[in-house]
Amino acid sequence: MDRSRRKFIAQTLALGCSAAASPLVTPVTFASVPTDNRLVVIVLRGAMDALDVVAPVGDPLLRKYRPNLWKIEHQDLDGFFGLHPELGDLMPLWKAGEMGFVQAVSTPYRDKRSHFDGQDLLEAGVVEVTSDVRDSGWMNRMLGLIPGAKKDTAFSVGRENMLVLRGAAPTTSWAPEGRVDLSPQAQLLLEKIYEKDPLFSEAGQTAMTLAAELNMTQMSDAEDGESMADMVNQMKEAASAQKAGGLAAFAAARLKEDTRFATFSIGGWDTHQRQSRSIRNATRELQSALTTLKSELGPVWEKTCVLCMTEFGRTVRENGSQGTDHGTGGAMILAGGAVKGRKVYGQWPGLDEANLYARRDLMPTADLRQYAGWAVHDLFGLSTADLERDVFPNLDMGDNPRFIR
Amino acid sequence: MQSFATKAAFRFGYGFAPDEPDVRDVDALLRQVTDADAEIAAYAGPSFADRAQLMRDYLQLKRAAKKGDASAKPLLRASNKERNALRAADMWRVFGRAIYAGQGFRERLVFFWADHFTVVPKSRLEQTVWGSYQEEAIRPHVNGSFGDMLVAAAIHPSMLLFLDQVRSIGPNSKAAKSGKKRRKVKGLNENLAREVMELHTLGVGGAYSQTDVRQAAELLTGLVVGEDGAKFLPRWAEPGAEDILGKRYGGDPAKLSDIEGFLRDLALHPDTARHVARKLAVHFISDDPDPKLVDELTRVYTNTDGDLPSVYGAMLDHPAAWVDLGQKARQPFEFMVASLRGLGVPRADFDDLSTGQVNRGLNLPLNSMGQPLRSAPGPNGWPEEPEAWITAQGLASRLQWALAISRRLGRDKDPREFVELALRELAGGSLKFAVGGAEQREEGLTLVLASPEFNRR
Repeated sequence: MDRSRRKFIAQTLALGCSAAASPLVTPVTFASVPTDNRLVVIVLRGAMDALDVVAPVGDPLLRKYRPNLWKIEHQDLDGFFGLHPELGDLMPLWKAGEMGFVQAVSTPYRDKRSHFDGQDLLEAGVVEVTSDVRDSGWMNRMLGLIPGAKKDTAFSVGRENMLVLRGAAPTTSWAPEGRVDLSPQAQLLLEKIYEKDPLFSEAGQTAMTLAAELNMTQMSDAEDGESMADMVNQMKEAASAQKAGGLAAFAAARLKEDTRFATFSIGGWDTHQRQSRSIRNATRELQSALTTLKSELGPVWEKTCVLCMTEFGRTVRENGSQGTDHGTGGAMILAGGAVKGRKVYGQWPGLDEANLYARRDLMPTADLRQYAGWAVHDLFGLSTADLERDVFPNLDMGDNPRFIR
Repeated sequence: MQSFATKAAFRFGYGFAPDEPDVRDVDALLRQVTDADAEIAAYAGPSFADRAQLMRDYLQLKRAAKKGDASAKPLLRASNKERNALRAADMWRVFGRAIYAGQGFRERLVFFWADHFTVVPKSRLEQTVWGSYQEEAIRPHVNGSFGDMLVAAAIHPSMLLFLDQVRSIGPNSKAAKSGKKRRKVKGLNENLAREVMELHTLGVGGAYSQTDVRQAAELLTGLVVGEDGAKFLPRWAEPGAEDILGKRYGGDPAKLSDIEGFLRDLALHPDTARHVARKLAVHFISDDPDPKLVDELTRVYTNTDGDLPSVYGAMLDHPAAWVDLGQKARQPFEFMVASLRGLGVPRADFDDLSTGQVNRGLNLPLNSMGQPLRSAPGPNGWPEEPEAWITAQGLASRLQWALAISRRLGRDKDPREFVELALRELAGGSLKFAVGGAEQREEGLTLVLASPEFNRR
């Protein structure tokens, strides 16, 4: 019997104790990874509009391109760029130097502007969409280079199986809800049934471990007389745990322990119509994720770098329905005590039509993988050679923008 | 050695049910699609027009209540309740057909095509009409040509709303030039034009450019949602002809038939043939399908101008469709339907489910397993790879639900018989041993439902 199997059985047996008495609520301590820094990657799905979130207010052309979108008051950042008003709660982070931005960046993805391909490239960290693009993500390959990395060194949080963390290096995932209360015997049998199927034995093992360790909301098993309102409330509770604040709180709890890397996603950025309104849900989620991370991480926030990245930007011109369509150059958001904030990084290409990509999109002036690469380099001491070979193949990392303290 | 009946039930159906005869050959399997739709009469819901009327009534009541009409308030509550009940009934219909139709292949195809042409309802109106989309745009065409389904799906109100087509107007159209400054919709929106080419037809690697997307967006202007369904407003349409993929469409006056002609050309494009062929093979057989199978399906699609039963037939006739099971995982909806079928839930009990029971017993677990049917992650629908579904969270939710229904429905069942019924020759010695060794019957049943053998196909 190998060690992981023995551990599994020990855990499933312990599950038989009542939850209150279970020794498993005490987290197992692993040998720590030889680094104290933390990296959180938040994938902003749907293509965040860089020109609205970090608006180049100082460029008069912006109003010409976006006569109808231009009805909200951005909050001044540095005299040229302004922060979207729905992100106002993040201003204290900016002022404290704990938040910054990178403008006019993109992945190598061009022209087709498909969300799904764009996100695959972003998370895989590669140059081209190939048939094996969904096999491994850049965070997973990076993890493979971190000495002493264990299964719980990196966490994917939320219901989806994040591609950015998928791959050969062992990682852990967690999502709110879900509770297993099979008898210990049945769990032993189940473990036996899963033994021959790697996908099931892997997922089953983690499911059991997490079910035992974490206080999860129980799925409704109430009597039929239960009112609709109660049920809706339960669904709402479950839904709010799924929201970014809930995911961030969970990530923070793990990052305070042995976890060094966490990732989750925030959707809702695909604002084709009435952007001033349709963007609100996404901005609220983003704001709540970042403020929750800061408040829940406590002193660990000082050692944390958060990178928020999106698949591409949006058109410079507004479309016919007060929204924007898929574009190219976009923005990245940097946060955490480990970043040198209060600055908009990157080379701003300007909005003259001749300077736009395909005369319609913000021109990308850097590969966003360079920024992710330098963050990993400065935080965890990986060499540029390793990064350019294994983590971000075919990337020229260029000069260090030095945004890590 | 896996039998034909077992492969047919798992790969092309919703699994075994106690009283259903086995499918013995390819012809019988194909007849599940080409025969008349067995359940449409019993489970058909209200039409789009009836649902749109419900929404108009609701909006009228809301306006009255806002003006202070006290008598409108109870009516407004009743209207909300009615629409909530309709939402639950729509889910109940989707499940009911899959469980009881006895035409598993057809029902799996309805799911496949509804996913190919995904709509994700957001507004109250979209939520209310959601149930009519599958009825009107997908189900009638599963046994027909791809072009007919494409036209029906792409211009169904649910799609026009979901992909913002109702927000797109020709910048030089009569309506745009009429000087109504306060009009909310002011110009083009590319969303539907792009997704029709990227997702519904040519595929993301297809031979279209940004210019084609733009031109197609111009051609599609004028499509809006009227009282009884999609409507074409020439006043909204961009004047002049559009050049898309090297062919000229439209002109003055703008006509709906030009849009249909464009969609039908897309349906016949070689890139569409390959995209659809590959997608079918990926969904039913393997994430990495045999290239010879994809070639053959592409060939038949092309030769028959996208006649779907011919394409299905070609798939079922190909040896690659009958390799051993196990490369795919049942998605949560499929898993739930197969479980309920296997446990033999009586139809009368299912028909009696209340709104709350449908929400608690079907919707909630489906959400927890990661597949809220009305909220696919995007217009590209649900992921195909087993790794996306068999996650710690996904499996924990399957386990928990399997335990719950085994407790509720399986008290009198012997797990040792159930494992034979549900899995037949797929159940190996160690699984049978484990199932027989469970402490309680319901746990034995749960082990069967949670096993890789039951969850893979």
